[in-house]
Amino acid sequence: MSVDLSQFHQVFFEESYEGLDVMESALLNMNIEEIDSETINEIFRAAHSIKGGSGTFGFNDIAEFTHVVETLLDLIRSDQFEMQAEHVDLFLKSVDCIRTMINELEAGGECDTKVARELKTIFNAVLDGEQETTQQNPVDESPDNSSLKKAGETQGWSIYFKPSIDILRTGNDPVRMFRELSEMGSLEVSIDYSDLPVLSNLDSEACFLSWNLTLYTDAQKEQIDEVFEWVVDDADIVISPIESQEENKPVAALEQESKPDIVAVEEEPTPDAGTESGEQSKEKVAVKPLAKKDSKPESASIRVSTDKIDSLINMVGELVITQSMLNELGKDFSVTSIPKLLEGLEQLSLHTRELQESVMRIRMLPISFAFSRFPRLVHDMSKALNKKVELVLLGEQTELDKTVMERIGDPLVHLVRNSLDHGLELPEKRLAAGKDEAGKITLNAFHQGGNIVIQIIDDGAGLNEERILGKAIENGLVSENDILEPSQIHDLIFQPGFSTAEAVTDISGRGVGMDVVRRNIQELNGTVEVESKPGEGSVFTIRLPLTLAILDGQLIRAGKHVYIFPLVSIVESIESHDQMIHRVSGGCDVLRIRNEYIPIIRLWDIFNIKAEHEEVTDGILVIVEGDNIKVAVLVDDLLAQQQVVIKSLQDNYKTVPGVSGATILGDGTVSLILDITGLIKLAGVGKEFYRKISESDDIEAA
Amino acid sequence: MKDKKNNQVDYESAIDKVNDSKKHEPTDQFLTFYMGGEEFGINILSVQEIRGWEPITEIPNSPKQVLGIMNLRGTVSPIIDLRYCFGIKDLTYTDETVVIIVSVSVRNEKKHKVIGIVVDAVSDVYNFSQSQIQASPELAQTHQAQYVRGLGSTDKKMVIILDLTAQLIADIETSSSRHAVLS
Repeated sequence: MSVDLSQFHQVFFEESYEGLDVMESALLNMNIEEIDSETINEIFRAAHSIKGGSGTFGFNDIAEFTHVVETLLDLIRSDQFEMQAEHVDLFLKSVDCIRTMINELEAGGECDTKVARELKTIFNAVLDGEQETTQQNPVDESPDNSSLKKAGETQGWSIYFKPSIDILRTGNDPVRMFRELSEMGSLEVSIDYSDLPVLSNLDSEACFLSWNLTLYTDAQKEQIDEVFEWVVDDADIVISPIESQEENKPVAALEQESKPDIVAVEEEPTPDAGTESGEQSKEKVAVKPLAKKDSKPESASIRVSTDKIDSLINMVGELVITQSMLNELGKDFSVTSIPKLLEGLEQLSLHTRELQESVMRIRMLPISFAFSRFPRLVHDMSKALNKKVELVLLGEQTELDKTVMERIGDPLVHLVRNSLDHGLELPEKRLAAGKDEAGKITLNAFHQGGNIVIQIIDDGAGLNEERILGKAIENGLVSENDILEPSQIHDLIFQPGFSTAEAVTDISGRGVGMDVVRRNIQELNGTVEVESKPGEGSVFTIRLPLTLAILDGQLIRAGKHVYIFPLVSIVESIESHDQMIHRVSGGCDVLRIRNEYIPIIRLWDIFNIKAEHEEVTDGILVIVEGDNIKVAVLVDDLLAQQQVVIKSLQDNYKTVPGVSGATILGDGTVSLILDITGLIKLAGVGKEFYRKISESDDIEAA
Repeated sequence: MKDKKNNQVDYESAIDKVNDSKKHEPTDQFLTFYMGGEEFGINILSVQEIRGWEPITEIPNSPKQVLGIMNLRGTVSPIIDLRYCFGIKDLTYTDETVVIIVSVSVRNEKKHKVIGIVVDAVSDVYNFSQSQIQASPELAQTHQAQYVRGLGSTDKKMVIILDLTAQLIADIETSSSRHAVLS
C-alpha cells in the first residue's frame, strides 16, 4: 500500500518554518564569547528535524544542504570547532537559504540550488580547513586581488533586474528607478518579456517583465544599490561590473565567509561595505527576500494551544447539558415551570456567549508572531546603515486576530525600516546631540478598549517639520498661507503623492510611501498616527480592531431594507433643512455644515430601491467618511447599534459594489454591511469632485 | 406529464427505483423538478437541501435572476430564480414555490459555491444511465444551453438534465422580464 506523502507536505513546510524561526532567534540571541551548549543544541535539533523531514519527503536538495550545516553544528556541539562571529552570520545565511528553498517548494516549483551550492562550498571549506581558512585573508589571494582591481576601475555596471510580480502594487515604479539610473550616466536597457502571458490572462497590475540594464558611469555600486533599495526584498537584482563577467565563485564565496560584516546583509546597500569591500563588487548578489514570509500566501492552518481547545470542549459540554435540561422541561411543560424555563434560557445565552468568545480566542495569536522578524531585520539593517540600534519589544503576548496579524506585517516592516533609516541618527550625530550612541527602537503592543495599539517608538531626530511643509507646499498639498499645527504637518507624510523620489532624503520613505502604509492599515479598519518632537524622536501609533470578524454597526433603514454602516466610519447624523442644501453644477447636491461642503448620496438612488423619503430634507443624513472623503448619505431612519458578525458575500456570490459583506440579524434575516469607499465610487463622487467643492467653498467664503 | 404537478417527493418510489437500478448498468440519480410545466433534473449529489420559499434580502443592483441572499445556518447564499434564467414568464412566489440548495462548480476553479435555485415544485428522483441521456441540439444556440447536459428519457417521460454552474449568478440577457413583485 502506498501512502500519498504530498498530503503531509504542508505540515512539513510549516514545521520547517518554525524550525527556521527557532534557529534564527537562537542565532541572534547567541553570545559569541560564551556559547551556551543548550543554544547550540537547540539550533542543532531544529536543523536535524528539517533534514530528517526533507529526506523523508524526497526534498534532497534541502536534505543535503542541511546535512552540511548540521555537520558543522555537530562539531561545534562537541567542542571540536570553535565558533566565531562570522559563523553566526554564515548560519543565518543558511537559514535564509533553506527558507528560500522551502518557499520555492511550497510554491510548487523546483528549488534553486545555486545559493545552497555556494554556501555548501563555504561550509566544506570551513570544515576542511577549520581555523586556517578563517584566518587566511582571501584578499591576499592573487586572482581575487586582480579582479578586485579590475572592478575598481570599472567604467560601468550591468544590472539584471527582475522585480516580483507584485512590484507595481506596492507603488514602486521601475521607470522611475531607471530614470534615476540614467541620471548617473548613459543607460542601455533591454527588456525581457518572455514571461508575459497572453493578453487574455494578463493582469494589468502585475509585472511580468525583467530587464537587463547596462549603465556606463563612474558611479559606485552603493549609488546603484540605493536606487533599488526599496525593492531589494521583492526582486532579483544582480549587479556586476561590465568588464569582468567571468568570475570564480568559490573565491567570492570564501570572501563572503571571511567578511562577516557583509554576509547576510549584502543585499542591503552598505556604506560600510563601500570602504571594506565595495570595490570588489563583482560579488554576484542573487538577492532573495529576507523576510520571505511576505510573499507567502496566508497560511491556511493555525496552531492552537491545547488549553484553548480544552476550554472550548468544556463550554460545549455545558451547552449540551443546558440543552438537555431544556429538552426535559419541554417534554412536560406547564405554567409553573416558566421560571425554570427562563433560567434555562438565560444559562443558554450565557453559554452561547462564552462559546463565541472561546471560538474567537482560537483565532487570536500573540503579536510576537509579527514581531519575531524584527530582531533579524534590525540586526541586518543596522549593520548596513552603520548605526547602533537597540531593539526593545514590549507586549509580545498581546493577542491579535490571525488575519489582522498577517496583514499588519508589511506596514510594520515599512515603519520600522523608516524609523531605522530616517529616524535614528548616525552614532556620531547622536553623541554630538548628547544622546546615547546606540539608538533605541521600541515596538510596543497593548490593548486599549476594543482596539489593539501598536507603537513604533524611536529616539531619533524626529520629523523635520520645515522640510515636510516645504515639500507639501511644493506639491500643492497645502498653500503657503495655511497655518498648520505641528500635528497637521506630521500628518502630511501620510498624504498620497507626498513621498516622491525627491522627497527621499531624510524625511520619509523612498517610493513606497507612507500613504501605502496608511491605506493598508485603513483596509483593516485601523488608523495610524505620528507624534514627533524635534531631537527627541517619533512615535507611530497604529490602532487596529481586535478582529475583522466582528464590527460595531449602526443599523439604518431605507424603505423596507435594513443596511449597516460600520460605526467607526460615521462622523455624525443630522436632520437637514433647506438652507443647508446647495446644488452644485454637475447635478450633485452638497450639504453645508460648519463651513464644510459635503456631497450628498441618496442611498435609494444608487441602490435602485424604493425609499420612504426621497427628498433630502425629509430623511436623515448620515455623514460618513471613507478614504479621506466625507459624504452625507440619505437614509430613512436610524435603527439600533449592535455588534455584527461579518459574513462573506464572495464565498457563494460575488462582490457587490458598495457592500463589504453581510451579517445575520437577531431575527435570522440577512442584512448588508455598506462599504463607504464603494458607495462613494458608486455615486461617482471622486476626489477631483470633492476638491472642486472645497474650492468653490473657498470662493464663496472669500 | 403536465398534469402531474406534485411538489411532494415520492420517497418510497424513489427508493424502489434505486433498488431496481442496482441490477442494471451503473446509473446516476437525478432529482427532478418542475418549471413552467417542464420537468428538469439535476444530479442528486449536488443537492444539499430543499426549502420552502421565504422572504429574502435583496441585493442592490444585482442581475435580475438573483433574487437576493438568504441565511443558511450561518452562511450567506444567493437565491437565483432558475425559471427566469430559462425564460419562463410565469414567476409566482407561493407557499408551494421551492428553493433547492445546490452546490455548483465555479468555472476554471476547484471550489464550489452554494446557491439556492427557485423552481415551481419538486417532482421525483429518477435513475438514468449514461445511455439514457441524449444530447439536445436544438438548445445549442441559447445561453441556457450551457446548463443543459442532455435529455433523459424513461419509459413514459422525458426530463431535461441540467448541469448547473456558478455562471448562474452572472448577468444574463433574456427577452422576458421579471414581473412578479417580491413580497
